Amino acid sequence: MVKEEQELANRPDNTAFTQQRLPAWQPMLSAGIVIPGFVLIGLAFIGIGVALFVTSRSIQVLEFDYTGVDQNSPCFKCSDPKVLNCVCNLNFSIDSLFKGTVFFYYGLSNYYQNFRKYGVSKDDVQLSGDLTNFKTPSDTCSPYAYDSNNQPIVPCGSIANSMFNDAFKLYQIINGTNTLVPFDGKGIAWWTDYNIKYRNPSITPLKNAFNNTVKPIFWSKPAYELDTSDPANNGFINQNFLVWMRRAALPNFRKLYGRINEGDYAQGLPAGNYSLEIAYNYPVLSFDGRKKVVFSNVSWMGGKNEFLGIAYLVIGSMCVFMSIVMLIVYAKFKFPEEDGVPGH
Amino acid sequence: MAREGEDPGMAKASKVKRQRKKKPKENKTRTVHANILYDNAKGEENPNRNYANNKIKTTKYTVLSFLPKNLFEQFHRFANVYFVFIALLNFVPVVNAFQPELALAPVVFILSVTAIKDLWEDYRRHRSDQEINHMDCLVYSRAERRYVERYWKEVRVGDFIRLRCNEILPADVLLLSSSDPDRLCHIETATLDGETNLKQRQVVRSFFDLDCDFDPLKYNGIIECEKPNNDLNRFRGYIIHQSGRRDALYKENLLLRGCTIRNTEEAVGIVIYAGHETKAMLNNNGPRYKRSKLERQMNVHVFWCVIILLVMCLFAAVGHGLWMFQYGDKRPVFDVLSPEGTDLSPIMSAIYLFLTMIIVFQVLIPISLFVSIEIVKICQVYFIHQDMDLYDEETDSHLQCRALNITEDLGQMQYIFSDKTGTLTENKMVFRRCTVAGVEYSHDANARRLAMYQEMDSEEEDCTSHSGTLPRRDSVTSHQSARVVLRSQSTKSHRRTGSRAEAKRASILSKHTAFSSPMEKDITPDPQLLDKVNECSSQMDFMRFHSQPMSQLPSDLADIIDFFIALTICNTVVVSSPNQPRQKVRMRFELKSPVKTIEDFIKRFTPSRLTSGSNSSSSSSLITNRSSNRGCSSLLSSPSAESTLTKLDEEQPPRGLEHSFGPVPPCYNGKAWNLEDGELRYEAESPDEAALVYAARAYKCSLVGRLPDQVTVELPHLGKLSFELLHTLGFDSTRKRMSVVVRHPLTDQITVYTKGADSAIMDLIKPPDTGKRQIKIVSRTQNYLNLYAADGLRTLCIAKKILSKEQYACWLQHHLQAETAIQGREELLFDSALRLETNLQLLGATGIEDRLQDGVPETIASLRMAGLQIWVLTGDKQETAVNIAYACKLLDPEEEILTLNADSQEACALLLEESLHYIQAKFLCSSTDQAAKAFHSNFAPFEIYPSSSPSSSSHTTPFTVLRLGLVIDGRTLAYALDKSLEDKFLAVARSCRSVLCCRSTPLQKSMVVKLVRNKLKVMTLAIGDGANDVSMIQVADVGVGISGQEGMQAVMASDFALPRFRYLQKLLLVHGHWCYSRLANMILYFFYKNAMFVALIFWYQFYCGFSGSAMIDQWYLIFFNLMFSAFPQLITGTLDKDVSAETLQQLPQLYVNGQNSEEYKPYMFWMNMIDAFYQSLVCFFIPYFAYADSDVDLFTWGTPITTLALFTILVHLGIETKTWTWMNWLSIAFSTALFFTVALCYNASCPTCYTPSNPYWTMQRLLQDPLFYLLCVITPVAALLPRYTVVNLCLTEYKAMRISVPLKCLRFSLMLNRSSNVSLPLASSWIKLVKMLTAKRCKV
Repeated sequence: MVKEEQELANRPDNTAFTQQRLPAWQPMLSAGIVIPGFVLIGLAFIGIGVALFVTSRSIQVLEFDYTGVDQNSPCFKCSDPKVLNCVCNLNFSIDSLFKGTVFFYYGLSNYYQNFRKYGVSKDDVQLSGDLTNFKTPSDTCSPYAYDSNNQPIVPCGSIANSMFNDAFKLYQIINGTNTLVPFDGKGIAWWTDYNIKYRNPSITPLKNAFNNTVKPIFWSKPAYELDTSDPANNGFINQNFLVWMRRAALPNFRKLYGRINEGDYAQGLPAGNYSLEIAYNYPVLSFDGRKKVVFSNVSWMGGKNEFLGIAYLVIGSMCVFMSIVMLIVYAKFKFPEEDGVPGH
Repeated sequence: MAREGEDPGMAKASKVKRQRKKKPKENKTRTVHANILYDNAKGEENPNRNYANNKIKTTKYTVLSFLPKNLFEQFHRFANVYFVFIALLNFVPVVNAFQPELALAPVVFILSVTAIKDLWEDYRRHRSDQEINHMDCLVYSRAERRYVERYWKEVRVGDFIRLRCNEILPADVLLLSSSDPDRLCHIETATLDGETNLKQRQVVRSFFDLDCDFDPLKYNGIIECEKPNNDLNRFRGYIIHQSGRRDALYKENLLLRGCTIRNTEEAVGIVIYAGHETKAMLNNNGPRYKRSKLERQMNVHVFWCVIILLVMCLFAAVGHGLWMFQYGDKRPVFDVLSPEGTDLSPIMSAIYLFLTMIIVFQVLIPISLFVSIEIVKICQVYFIHQDMDLYDEETDSHLQCRALNITEDLGQMQYIFSDKTGTLTENKMVFRRCTVAGVEYSHDANARRLAMYQEMDSEEEDCTSHSGTLPRRDSVTSHQSARVVLRSQSTKSHRRTGSRAEAKRASILSKHTAFSSPMEKDITPDPQLLDKVNECSSQMDFMRFHSQPMSQLPSDLADIIDFFIALTICNTVVVSSPNQPRQKVRMRFELKSPVKTIEDFIKRFTPSRLTSGSNSSSSSSLITNRSSNRGCSSLLSSPSAESTLTKLDEEQPPRGLEHSFGPVPPCYNGKAWNLEDGELRYEAESPDEAALVYAARAYKCSLVGRLPDQVTVELPHLGKLSFELLHTLGFDSTRKRMSVVVRHPLTDQITVYTKGADSAIMDLIKPPDTGKRQIKIVSRTQNYLNLYAADGLRTLCIAKKILSKEQYACWLQHHLQAETAIQGREELLFDSALRLETNLQLLGATGIEDRLQDGVPETIASLRMAGLQIWVLTGDKQETAVNIAYACKLLDPEEEILTLNADSQEACALLLEESLHYIQAKFLCSSTDQAAKAFHSNFAPFEIYPSSSPSSSSHTTPFTVLRLGLVIDGRTLAYALDKSLEDKFLAVARSCRSVLCCRSTPLQKSMVVKLVRNKLKVMTLAIGDGANDVSMIQVADVGVGISGQEGMQAVMASDFALPRFRYLQKLLLVHGHWCYSRLANMILYFFYKNAMFVALIFWYQFYCGFSGSAMIDQWYLIFFNLMFSAFPQLITGTLDKDVSAETLQQLPQLYVNGQNSEEYKPYMFWMNMIDAFYQSLVCFFIPYFAYADSDVDLFTWGTPITTLALFTILVHLGIETKTWTWMNWLSIAFSTALFFTVALCYNASCPTCYTPSNPYWTMQRLLQDPLFYLLCVITPVAALLPRYTVVNLCLTEYKAMRISVPLKCLRFSLMLNRSSNVSLPLASSWIKLVKMLTAKRCKV
């Protein structure tokens, strides 16, 4: 026997794998499995859809376009780019309590932060506080790396250069007097951006780090003066700056400006008249852009968006519908055939 | 290694050199001098310096050249060039899309995967080269005056080497000396051509007379021979001695590299060709590269992908130009100037963007597809290799895939061209019956014996099929009784094995002997004939005793004895004894070298020689040689006591013999020989030779020894007779016969025995004026021949001719001239043979049965059910071929047969025309009756011209079932293959169910295949086993070789080598189907996957100003194909089974699928593309609307899209996967895990790197977001809902019918009426049909 085995050296291995006989599961797509399956999936989706829809419905949103295209608009006067340091007031009233925490956003339309060359135009190393990149910004920043005097621009690049610089102050008008509704501008950026990704150079005062550099061309004040009141919100770790640097995915977007969660307004904005004071600096009309402000509260699934709920409902009902169609098809064509086969 | 030279050597060298210079240097020959003359002068002086040395290097690369050379080779592939182009484009700042270094990743990955594969293969080659190069052999060293051990690689042309028994030859060596007393050397050429029988090689004639100790120092010849070539069966040249004498060299003098020395203690030779110039190496051409049909189709679609890519890029570029244009001069804040600070015009930026988009969309061209296909094919080849069902235990061989990249073609075959002998049949020739001198001996007992074997085989098969994997031993014992019956029946007690299983084991154990299964060996003689043989030989014995002339013997008896003598000696069978395997039986009664010159002839054939002892001079000198030979060979290890005994036995007779040609005295041929008698083993080059020798042995007329110049035959009563073998005119396919010229020991006449095909012999029979008897014999024999052919037997005619001395002398003169000629030697020898083989006297004819291989009829039936057209192309005569065709169910007794035999072009044209009309008429009437024709009602049976477009021709071909068979002979085929008639011939042939071409030459075979392949645009498979099938195998799309008994040439030329014909069924129906359907589905899936992924980015362009921005991180974009989605499709592409192996074999109709390319139709590509675009729309817009008008940032939005695209793609694969093994699950789980692991690590690794995306902590945040999960659930469902619904509606369950896997109704409807309407009623009607078929089969 031993000899024989040696002689049969070429005999293939008789294993399930080599003989392609691995135990296999074959999805049996019979009517008995598929149709109930479809119904179950459909029903589950409809359930989720309803939940999402209801949640979304409970979210309150207030939006105001303040671009000033319309002559009646309060900010029309500011829409002319020649007017500098223009301030306009947007008055509105709330009928019932706007439940908190209220998030305050500014929104831009037709604004392509996702433009490819725009997106490349920044220097992450510079923004992490590396002083060598203060002196020689990365090539990716060009043409916003050096000014005409060949001074390095800090922060360099197109994204930083185009930072949104309108400022907002919200007043509640109580008996004719304006009470400031404070915006909490902290914690509006990603925790990792604020703590890890972006760093100021460890030089005090911060201003010294910016010696021999110039501020971005479009900026009115240098980076170290973004928030002089709070050193933890100044320079590269200014929260508004961080929010801006996180590029929006789509041309119509909003960005968080602040949250209303302090004092009397922690429970939300009570009914009443409000006035939003806008320092109108940012030109958008040249490219047919729009600016808006948004008050919104959020749910567990984020801001108001009814689409997902509807999508779940639609897909769920389609599944149910399909199962009905299939039932008809199978009843009509398949079942009579099976009669002929014994033992099936 | 240092060799010291001597002055005389130098002198000689210069002399030789001068000689050489005198002659004009011929380019056609190679001159080899002995190296020892030039030991001192290694460089300039050595005339052999320009020849390759024996170091072999099969590696492609060296350490230094690997990188450039491998890259250069890889860039021959267009895809790689494209990929590098894109990677380089990324380094151009204005157009770059990704980090340039990252963009190199895929191309580096793919190139390095291939490079590593190449490197590994090359390393293995290097290792084996090293091993071979460092084998030892003995080379003569002048300095040490002895043979010293050297490595193979140190052997050079012109070296003398000494070879011992069982050593492997290091180079092509000219045999100069052999320890064998007959100056022979036996070699086994199994490694070269797979033939296991021993071959004899002769010492060069001029060295024949040397004493045993060949002294290289005395060698002084110069060898002129051919340039190195790869023809194993040809070697021509001559050796020029110092005396100026020239001696011709033949292939019999050349020992080829790679062969093994057997039965010869020692041989010495001079190296002629070394290393890469040896015939073995020149024959060694690696695996072949073919491109499969599927790949050709795929390439069309790759081209379409390029077009889609360009359209998309163009669209984006135009969009970008317009987008830029709308802003005019007022540039928005987010626009970026060019690095120089200047403004780009919209047109310029559109052009730049076009290039950028090519980079971004590069994934659309499925580069990784090519790598994946290669991987999948390697796996498929592995599985085919490993299949137990394709393994033949008897020969211990399994299927070999020699071409690695056409596995899927196996699933698309439409025409099979098969050889007959050895392919359909066993090529195990069994003697069945014979006719001698016009009298038929039917051998009924023999027929019964064969029937019994057959019966037992079938029983055996039943047994094994029931017992499954049980050891064979059990089944053997169950046949004990049958064996007993057999034993009692047999007249001789040969090694007797009963059942085939035992025969199998026996043949495994004694693998060395070809053609010697018991079935072939044990022949039951016809009692009548046996009596006559006995009578005849006793009469002859009597006459010899009384010194009466043999001519007094009655002519019919003389014919009988001549017939058997012819059977015994007219062949090239070598006799060996099984006790000591491969030990040649030596039996020499008289020693004499063959006739070499005219003088020699005259000297030896003068009448005086007939009185005793006239050749004593030559004889005695040789005897002294021999004794000295023995003296020196005794130093070598003597094989065994027994062989020494036989040697001693051999030595005695010559001295005791008075009459040089006389028979051995009866006293001598006593016990010693009889003991061994039954155990002599015959090694033949062709199986029918062996069959005839065994047949003759059954009549006690046995071959006991063969030497180059002498054949010894043992006859009843007469004892051993030795025939002096004057010439052997070997078999060739043009002459179709072979002859031996011998001197008959009893009559002392020079006799020519000829054996050959009846057509060849019958024409050469002496004109009938010689006598009535002969005419009668001829006509009777012809009758019997027809009868044999009708029984499907192979017929051979035996004839003889007696030459007068003058005739012989005359012929010999011409023949010797022909033999020594260098130019046109073959032609001259051929003419010489023709001159000899005339005016023959017919002795008789034999009928040899070539049994069908197991399972041939079943295989043919099932292949035919699979829609394959089977043509048999054979060299056999028409009657034999037709009968075999009936036996293997190729032809059906019920069907009509069109026979085309024409003598001229015109007649052939007429015949074809007639058959066309006939077929048309037949079709018309058969199409009127409805019956089963409903299915192929739209089949247009007759287009004289095959339609030009491949689709429409494949549309009609598989269903050309008219119950007609076509038989055509070689001559008519030659006319039919003419340009003017080939279309008509095809029109006739394709409407016949089976076609049989008889008497076709190898060239015709390949022409037929080529014609069908090119004109009908079908996929062809050629299968054959012999050298005559090589051209056909090479021409066909897929060539299959049977690694049977007739050598390895067919296997060498083939893409797949099978041990048996019946394995073709599983190879095509199961593996072919699987390979095709797996690959087709994988390719479609690849196109879908890439298109779907790229389209996501395309949709995004509408929202980013067509700026070439991507929301998918560049890492994901680049590694998506290479890593995240790569494994599951490979697993599915390798393991998925759309239909189980059992079902595929039970329902061969399913094969039609592949023939019509149902799995991969152009519309399927487009359907998949549309599906891909739909799915990408869903995957893009659900997240788009879900995040619309929110504060989501680019990559927090893009990463979920990537994730759910991955999920969609995986679930899509899940829907396409028909069988799920744990590997499928594992691969999908692995892919998902890999994606998340990589994403998490990547997003946590570096806060400031990976510009521009810089996705720090993105995935981590997403995983905390419920919206992400909600998206990942709904999007794949929404994207795949349509596909899943369609699949569901089309799939049906077949559990009850053992079709365990559902099939697509789409395919069914296509199969039925070839319209692409998907309709359920049609599908169900097909289901009904299938059910009916299976039910029927189950009952059977």
